[in-house]
Amino acid sequence: MLSAPEVVELYFLETRCALLDIAATLDRLDRAAETSAPGDDPRVSQLYQALELLADRATSGDRVERLLQLFSDLD
Amino acid sequence: MQIIQPHYHGIARTAQDYERMAMSGVVAVAEPAFWAGFDRLYPQTFLDYFRQISEFEPTRAAAYNIRHFCWVAVNPKEAENPELSYEVLKHMPEFFEKPTVLGVGEIGFHKTTKNEEEIFEAQLELAMRHDQLILIHTPHLQDKVRGTRRTLEILAHMKVNPDRVWLDHIEEHTIRGPLEAGYWVGFTLYPITKCSPQRAVDMLERYPRERILVNSSADWGPSDPFLLQQCVLEFRRRKHSLQAAIDVFHNNPCRFLGQNPKFDIRPIRVASL
Ligand SMILES: [Zn+2]
Repeated sequence: MLSAPEVVELYFLETRCALLDIAATLDRLDRAAETSAPGDDPRVSQLYQALELLADRATSGDRVERLLQLFSDLD
Repeated sequence: MQIIQPHYHGIARTAQDYERMAMSGVVAVAEPAFWAGFDRLYPQTFLDYFRQISEFEPTRAAAYNIRHFCWVAVNPKEAENPELSYEVLKHMPEFFEKPTVLGVGEIGFHKTTKNEEEIFEAQLELAMRHDQLILIHTPHLQDKVRGTRRTLEILAHMKVNPDRVWLDHIEEHTIRGPLEAGYWVGFTLYPITKCSPQRAVDMLERYPRERILVNSSADWGPSDPFLLQQCVLEFRRRKHSLQAAIDVFHNNPCRFLGQNPKFDIRPIRVASL
């Protein structure tokens, strides 16, 4: 297994890239909503809920599982 | 669709890349002089490299019907060695005479040091004296903002004609200054560290497209020449016309590079759709 500094070293740039992709998608959505009705697609709220979940630094290490739950139809 | 790849390091890639590029619409590439992954010790090594990209590499590309053009320069990283750089600069004008050399590039900053700045200015001065086009590399990652800002200050101070200058590796946080000052800007598509095809199309939608060049660089590091084709697809799937795509991915390189008469590929108009 890698040490914590090794994890940062190996995955920082990939994660930075993933964050930029998310930012670009949300910007694209906002720009599109300026000219067309935004609608109320529940998937947009899911994305923001997911980001809230990730922003909590003092949380348990099952983020992926909780995100997958969030994106699941449970009933 | 016909595509021009305006920033491509062919010597680091295989013949198969040329073949596949040809099969996916690439009709021309332009190869800037860059860092080889290690610091070279001898000025003569640069001169042989310039011979390679101005004499031999066009023959490799020609085997696949791709026109090959190039640029000569001391790259920003090795500009940290002024003694070596000045020796190389002495010989660069000989290469300006070659039939496929378009100008001086890629020059600029890596870590924005004093030595880099001195050699950057010397190469700008050389390019202007010989009426050459100029290709500027802007730094990577955390050094990009600072290096781009200093680049713009130096260009303004030296009164370089913005029409003749292309600043490459531009991203969302560095695009406004160069465009407002009238320079050409380039988006370099890289898998992780620079711009993605999707983000490039976002910027193509947000800013005037007349002075934007899109390239996928492709060198000896993690890179992919076909991100350029992926960007064309992304552009088209967002409902932009074929002519709009040709304007960005073929005609803009013709318009910038064609300021040097050696680049004789003409813009294309689609007669009917
Ligand atoms: Zn390059």
